[in-house]
Amino acid sequence: MEQDSLSLYGVALASRLIIGTAQYPSPAILAKAITAAKAEVVTVSLRRESGASRAGENFWSLIREFGVRVLPNTAGCRTVKEAVTTAQMAREVFDTPWIKLEVIGEEDTLQPDVFGLVEAASILARDGFHVFPYTTEDLVVAEKLLGAGCEVLMPWGAPIGSGRGLNNPYGLRALRAHFPNVPLIVDAGIGTPSHAATAMELGYDAVLLNTAIAKAGDPAAMARAFALAVEAGRLGRLADPIEPRDMASPSTPVIGRAFTDLARA
Amino acid sequence: MRIRVIGAGVAGLAAAFEFARAGCEVLLIERREGPGLGCSHLAGGMIAPWCEAGEGADPCVVDLGVESLRFWTETAPLAVAQGSLVVAPARDQPELARFARRTSGFQNLDAAGVAALEPDLSGRFEQALFFPQEAHLDPRAALASLAARLVECANVALRFGVDADPLTGKADWTIDCRGFDARDALPELRGVKGEMLVLATSEVTLARPVRMLHPRHPVYIVPRGDGRFMIGATMIENDEPGRVTARGMLELLGAAYAVHPAFAEAEIIETGAGVRPAFPDNLPRLRVKDRVMSINGFYRHGFLLAPALARRAVEVALQGAYFPEVMDADQDQRRSA
Repeated sequence: MEQDSLSLYGVALASRLIIGTAQYPSPAILAKAITAAKAEVVTVSLRRESGASRAGENFWSLIREFGVRVLPNTAGCRTVKEAVTTAQMAREVFDTPWIKLEVIGEEDTLQPDVFGLVEAASILARDGFHVFPYTTEDLVVAEKLLGAGCEVLMPWGAPIGSGRGLNNPYGLRALRAHFPNVPLIVDAGIGTPSHAATAMELGYDAVLLNTAIAKAGDPAAMARAFALAVEAGRLGRLADPIEPRDMASPSTPVIGRAFTDLARA
Repeated sequence: MRIRVIGAGVAGLAAAFEFARAGCEVLLIERREGPGLGCSHLAGGMIAPWCEAGEGADPCVVDLGVESLRFWTETAPLAVAQGSLVVAPARDQPELARFARRTSGFQNLDAAGVAALEPDLSGRFEQALFFPQEAHLDPRAALASLAARLVECANVALRFGVDADPLTGKADWTIDCRGFDARDALPELRGVKGEMLVLATSEVTLARPVRMLHPRHPVYIVPRGDGRFMIGATMIENDEPGRVTARGMLELLGAAYAVHPAFAEAEIIETGAGVRPAFPDNLPRLRVKDRVMSINGFYRHGFLLAPALARRAVEVALQGAYFPEVMDADQDQRRSA
């Protein structure tokens, strides 16, 4: 089988699991999780860690030493201006045009403010950023994000950190069908490996998650479980699964079995 | 044996105390003007090994913490052993289940159980976890008391407001307990910022620390007596000292308000931000090089772990003992091996 690689803004990646770097018991355990997940990309937040004058340098240099590609994010930003400023700082700190754009609009669900998201995406794309927008499964918003210059979309599975899995499989399937050639990544809400496998079976190109691994009892073991699930879901999708049906369809014919039994008697 | 301890935070004071008890001649040097003025000054003072396990701490934190619990309740009885209480808002009940799964040494309480322990929390929580063996102390009072006891020992001298270089000096052993200031000698040491505040109100009484679980920012409230409550603490991956943020205070105050609405009318009598010294695995280390012993990396577990490390330091110096749980270079690899 030829190499099944994912291309994000022209960067080819073998791994389809992107993991966050927050909330781990320690940086040492984070390092083990990255290895176990075989992740090639990790996402890092800067808004809060930067303090008054980029005080998070120690942690960021730890991340750089992991030797994986960094997708900085604007987690915690609630306005367009905040998100744009954070993205500009992220570009300098990590020397990358990649930015996972979050503009949070609601406190209980942490769901994106899609209006601010489209506006910020447009500003950043014009400024040369490669924007990975954290969005909902809304088709119209997706269209606008693509129009703003995004080449990747990251719809949520469920609210951030909720671990509920894919709340709206219909909506995610519709998004996939609507944009067959845009890399789509399920971002947020994944709780267990089966959720990740389901996203891949729906035809999503990758899965991004943080809490499900970071807060697991054994983060490294959970990271490996997710890596296997993402691979299984992807292989299952490529292998063209059967269609579900209502009635049994035996894998060996039943007609003639009586004769077999007779012959044996 | 002559021992020179540098740093009079909880690590240095505990070390000086244990070396003094072992009969050594101890000189304690601190660059600040008094004991416990570094990040120990802002500590919560919870001696809560089982709760830390619930928060995801390594099993060795529990073992060392239980040892320290005996120090603070028997050797230097400065802690109050009233246990601790863990609660969660109704919408975050799954956090309580997760916490309980990862630890031991607790009792499940219903609403009546909560009310019996903490009458002021009556009717506020349907479920809670009670850790009866845990204790808490007032870090400033505890360190002042340790220092006062040391002053009375004939074999101990304390010097404040004096800088010291760990690599010079004529002692048999130098114990480097400088915390985050020692990053010149320990390049892998990083800072983890924490913010806290102190509230004063006569409307709430708590007999023990209360932890409020939350998926993003768990918070604890430690009663300090006289109607004062320490609320802590944020955990931010940077090493910016002293800068208290609005967001940090919002989170801490929001959690305090969720524990009891009367905190809304409390007076804010102090806010603070400090930097915890931590190694990449967030576990403490005792390192020996020539005649210098470095005790560092307590992360958020200074009061919880310093006595256990101090006792080990004495056995290393006097008997040449070796303690793999805090002296191996990579504890993480040892455990998974």
